[in-house]
Amino acid sequence: MVGYSGFNKYKWVAFFLAPSLLGLLTFIVLPMLASIGFALTDWTLPRQPNFIGLQNFQNLLNSAQFWNALRFTVLFILLYVPSVFVAALALGMFFNRKLPGMIVVRVTSFMPVVASWVVVSLIWRWIFNPTYGPVNYWLSLIGIEGPAWLYQADTALIALVITSVWKDVGYYALLFLGGLQSIPETYYEAARIDGAGRWDIFRRITVPLLTPTMFFVIITLIIGYFQIFDAVWLMPVENTAADRELSTIVVEVVKNAFSYNRMGYASAMSWVLFGLIFVITFIQLRVQKRWVYYEID
Amino acid sequence: MRLTKPLDVDATPAVASREAKPTALLSRARFWTFVQYAVMALLAITMVTPFLWMISTSLTPEAYVLSARPQLIPEEISLESYAELGRRIDLPRVLFNSILVAGLGTLGQIFFAAMAAFVFSRMQWRGRNVVFMLYLATMMIPGSVLIIPQFILVRSLGWINTYAALIFPSLFSAFAVFLLRQSFLTLPKDYEEAAFVDGANWFTIFWKIALPLSGPALATLGVFSFMGLWNSYLWPLFVARRDEIMTLPVALSFLQSETRALTEWNIVMAGSVVAVLPIFAVYIVAQRWFVRGVVITGIKG
Repeated sequence: MVGYSGFNKYKWVAFFLAPSLLGLLTFIVLPMLASIGFALTDWTLPRQPNFIGLQNFQNLLNSAQFWNALRFTVLFILLYVPSVFVAALALGMFFNRKLPGMIVVRVTSFMPVVASWVVVSLIWRWIFNPTYGPVNYWLSLIGIEGPAWLYQADTALIALVITSVWKDVGYYALLFLGGLQSIPETYYEAARIDGAGRWDIFRRITVPLLTPTMFFVIITLIIGYFQIFDAVWLMPVENTAADRELSTIVVEVVKNAFSYNRMGYASAMSWVLFGLIFVITFIQLRVQKRWVYYEID
Repeated sequence: MRLTKPLDVDATPAVASREAKPTALLSRARFWTFVQYAVMALLAITMVTPFLWMISTSLTPEAYVLSARPQLIPEEISLESYAELGRRIDLPRVLFNSILVAGLGTLGQIFFAAMAAFVFSRMQWRGRNVVFMLYLATMMIPGSVLIIPQFILVRSLGWINTYAALIFPSLFSAFAVFLLRQSFLTLPKDYEEAAFVDGANWFTIFWKIALPLSGPALATLGVFSFMGLWNSYLWPLFVARRDEIMTLPVALSFLQSETRALTEWNIVMAGSVVAVLPIFAVYIVAQRWFVRGVVITGIKG
């Protein structure tokens, strides 16, 4: 029994753990710690960094670009999260109906999930093309003159929300389906025997027992979409009002870091983003006790 | 309850015509079945049409692309845009880069994560829980915080525009360790005890017992990490901009900004088809692992 216990065993532990632990320390933990340092400097490549304390954070709070980006990020989340939540819940409940052929809907609704944001952005950029795209063509058929979607900030925001819902709904619907299928059938049978109607069953059985899934979906959506980048970077048409105005925090981080080389300032901004996500997630974890129902086995 | 007249307001024309047969008096249940199938058709069409539009545009000759009346089935079909795409981007090279990065990245991530997951689940040692908590803690750091310091690190290592920059930072995932640990924990202890009696060492147990018995977990992790790497955009955009090292999403986004006049949509869509077909193929083949992955992450939450 070589190495099953004793000193020899620790050599094995080291052998198995070393690559992963060293990698994690080098590429995750060390960069994270370094980033805190960067945030406290005026580092602009290729110059040397100087320590400036919290100056970056102060500059940030006085920056119109930052507030504009924060405004669009929050606005996007306020429009997008409820839309995709309701759509995915409805789709998940629909999936749960055991109809032959449902597999087709499930497979097709997951296709946008596996496609990259780059491809999805390009397709929808073409779909929202004001002159030659199908959206405005269809609108013209019912007598509406469609807007120049991806040329103006507000319509571009709507277009981004529509595209994001289309891309993600299949994923969250599948999560909801998983939650729905874990609800024991006996509860529904008992309710039916007691003469409960569809709406009562939905409100008093499905919703409470689905709250853990709902909570997980909301947390994931908010953490993910506070960091939205690809679509905002790719979809607005270059050199238009949408391109100039529509921004999010990660877009600002990337612009500052890679277009202006302001590594210190951009790092500070990324930590503000982390702080925002942390606080919101923390509040949600506290508030969940009031509405999330965990069944005790 | 019976309806004397078919309620075809919400139904598709095809359904309505079938219902209109004089012999069929619709029961309420049958009516709802029809409505459900109509909804199903509508959903599938909504999800698929943008992709069909992509394929259709990619097959349209340039002269027809900018037409006032968009057509899903092109009047004339041509592969001209794919030929032109091949002239604009070095397709074999870009495809090779994408496959290499996603393939090696996935294999490496699974292998290192499995090794770590093995010591966290099958071996007893002091400090195990503390180190595992450290792993879990790294999952809290959002990617957007890591972009800049990782870029600085990769730059100081001289890795900009190398495969190392594309592959290494994605190899180490605490989430992958967490996922595989869950699977390893379910393996019965008898196997490894028997193996020890036969003189096996820990690596043999890892390689010959733990890995082969964890096929589903490895496959699930594999498809998701392959998908993530194949679709990755933000990181490659800033560390791999040179033509020789570029991956598909970056090449595609550059193609889009080069065709600035916004008239060559057929070429952009041809590029999208090339980028999306391989991952669709993976999805169709490995569909059950994708579904399993979503359900597992849901349970974890």
